[in-house]
Amino acid sequence: MTADRLDHYVSTAPFDAYAVERMSPEQERYYMASQWRMMWWKLKRHRLAVVSGAILAVLYFTTLISEFLSPYGLDSRNIHHIYAPPQSVHLFHEGRFVGPFVYGFDYQLNMDTLQRVYTPNPAKVQPIRFLCRGDAYDFWGMIPMDVHLVCPAEGGTLFLLGTDRLGRDMLSRIIYGTRISLTVGLIGITISFVLGIAIGGVAGYYGGWVDNLTQRFIEVLRSFPELPLWMALSAALPVTWSPILIYFGITLILGLLDWTGLARAVRSKLLALREEDFCTAAQLMGASPQRIIGRHLLPSFMSHLIASATLSIPGMILGETALSFLGLGLRPPITSWGVLLNEAQNINVVALYPWLMLPVVPVIVVVLAFNFLGDGLRDAADPYHR
Amino acid sequence: MLGYIARRIMVMIPTLLAISAITFVIIQLPPGDYLTTLVTELESRGESVDQSRLQFLRETYGLDKPMIEQYFVWLGGMLTGDYGYSFEYNRPVSEVVGDRILLTVVVSFATIIFIWVVSFPIGIYSATHQYSLGDYGLTFLGFLGLATPNFLLALVLLYFANVTFGTSIGGLMDARYMDQPWSMGKIMSVLEHLWIPVIVIGTSGTAGMIRRLRANLLDELHKQYVVTARAKGLSPGRVLVKYPLRMAINPFISDIGNLLPQIVSGAAVVSIVLSLPTTGPMLLDALRSQDMYLAGSFLMFLALLTVVGVFLSDLALAVLDPRIRLEGGATR
Repeated sequence: MTADRLDHYVSTAPFDAYAVERMSPEQERYYMASQWRMMWWKLKRHRLAVVSGAILAVLYFTTLISEFLSPYGLDSRNIHHIYAPPQSVHLFHEGRFVGPFVYGFDYQLNMDTLQRVYTPNPAKVQPIRFLCRGDAYDFWGMIPMDVHLVCPAEGGTLFLLGTDRLGRDMLSRIIYGTRISLTVGLIGITISFVLGIAIGGVAGYYGGWVDNLTQRFIEVLRSFPELPLWMALSAALPVTWSPILIYFGITLILGLLDWTGLARAVRSKLLALREEDFCTAAQLMGASPQRIIGRHLLPSFMSHLIASATLSIPGMILGETALSFLGLGLRPPITSWGVLLNEAQNINVVALYPWLMLPVVPVIVVVLAFNFLGDGLRDAADPYHR
Repeated sequence: MLGYIARRIMVMIPTLLAISAITFVIIQLPPGDYLTTLVTELESRGESVDQSRLQFLRETYGLDKPMIEQYFVWLGGMLTGDYGYSFEYNRPVSEVVGDRILLTVVVSFATIIFIWVVSFPIGIYSATHQYSLGDYGLTFLGFLGLATPNFLLALVLLYFANVTFGTSIGGLMDARYMDQPWSMGKIMSVLEHLWIPVIVIGTSGTAGMIRRLRANLLDELHKQYVVTARAKGLSPGRVLVKYPLRMAINPFISDIGNLLPQIVSGAAVVSIVLSLPTTGPMLLDALRSQDMYLAGSFLMFLALLTVVGVFLSDLALAVLDPRIRLEGGATR
């Protein structure tokens, strides 16, 4: 019997018990990556989300330098160019390269329809100037400056998107409007984020009657149609308030009614997470509820919260636009895209001055971008999935 | 089932009470009571203020009583059909409102039907042809519908309908039927005018519904039983309709809870642009002139509409989906 036994092979190489656990540098980079880094990798694969994020970043950056980017001031009126149509930029004049320029307008009043008629005059070549001095402004309301990225030629005009009923340049007004429209969403979402986490956190962590009460309250709030409720609340803002106060009032209203979705998400996550061992451990070590919620529970699904917050910003932007369109929202001189659209309220505008509807383009772009970015973030929020 | 209905109604009552309390707070929000507003308005028009009438109004609506008592007076009025007094129109609210409420219900209901009819085939197509050109195109269209402010869409559509059909499509019926009692002709005229607001209001809801139906259907299509059915040799259409579609169709009913507030919101703005004789324009007017009783009863009604709508959808879901548990436990 012993004769059949095979020789037992023993490797002479020194034994290393940890060989299987050792990783190449690439593997190490991959396996040891933090959660946020993995989310970033996953987000990068969602190309639409990245592009949307870039567009939003650029737009938010422009709000810092709106005064510099816009060719005219917010309220500079050109009384000779009321309801002027958009001027298009040309490069060649009669086959000769001139650089970017526009043709000046000839103005005529059509005596039959009493309509202003502007015709581009090929004789008036007005080259666009860059980094030039134009309408004076106070940069950030403090530093007096007059440098613009582009300005019209001396004595010429530059209405790339036309003018409104007071002869104000639409492009400049849209650029200024970006500042208000985009920050409305940001401030609103900050309010709703804080409220949602606080209320949802308390409801989810304590459960019981606290949870029941908040759930019922959320249900009540949700059964109000959003817009009429916003309308009612903003109509209730005192007429004596200054436009800037109204601005904060409106963002507050938008934020105050939006937190319910976030609170629900936080609550349902917390209800599940508070049963986990790490939570019990923290409780046994004597951590206070605030610390357990803030330090241990919230970070584990912060990424989801950011994603859903991103998805609810467009609703606020659209809400503000609708309110201002109806004349219940922001008031001039505070200018948002909705305030601009307020001018495009009747069908004559569509027929005669369609360029007054252009502020809807940035609204659509921003809403789409936030939606795509939010979708990408939501997919990326759980990097361990798949 | 009866027990379930009873329980749901029991839940609805405190919800409605809370809604009425919030509405009442909103009515009270503007500084001063509406009689002060009324007096200032009358004085600005140079009219004298009839003291006896003021006294009458003050007593009828208990304005000299504490807030809580006023609330109960108002609530009691609501229940007995006395919706307060519109200072703008100088008539009781219930007379001013007329059939606007009915028309709002009609528009909202028609919009839900529209959303169902449109998103059903598109959702199925998108799910069965995932990542195809058609799927991408339709998804993008849906997103566009989601992102376009619908008041502007209404305006543009109004213009194009005017240019191409030469008809005025504003309003919800021909001018000759205004203030007329309901007749067959009036109903037909309403149906004729209904499609523009319905399309405009429906766009955003449709996009969401398509996305949900698509996602649900895709989940189902990747399950084992579909593979089995296919392996048995069932035709693709039969496989789809027989099993996964039935599972995926739930959001059509369960989502009414989310959809209805959205539709009512959209309807409010769109009716203002299209000047429909629904609650929207009147709500805006009431808010502008701080005619808060009128605004409050509209707000109350719109909330009531959504609550009842959600209630009905819950009932329908309980009937249609045997997986919904009727007994005990949380409903959500």
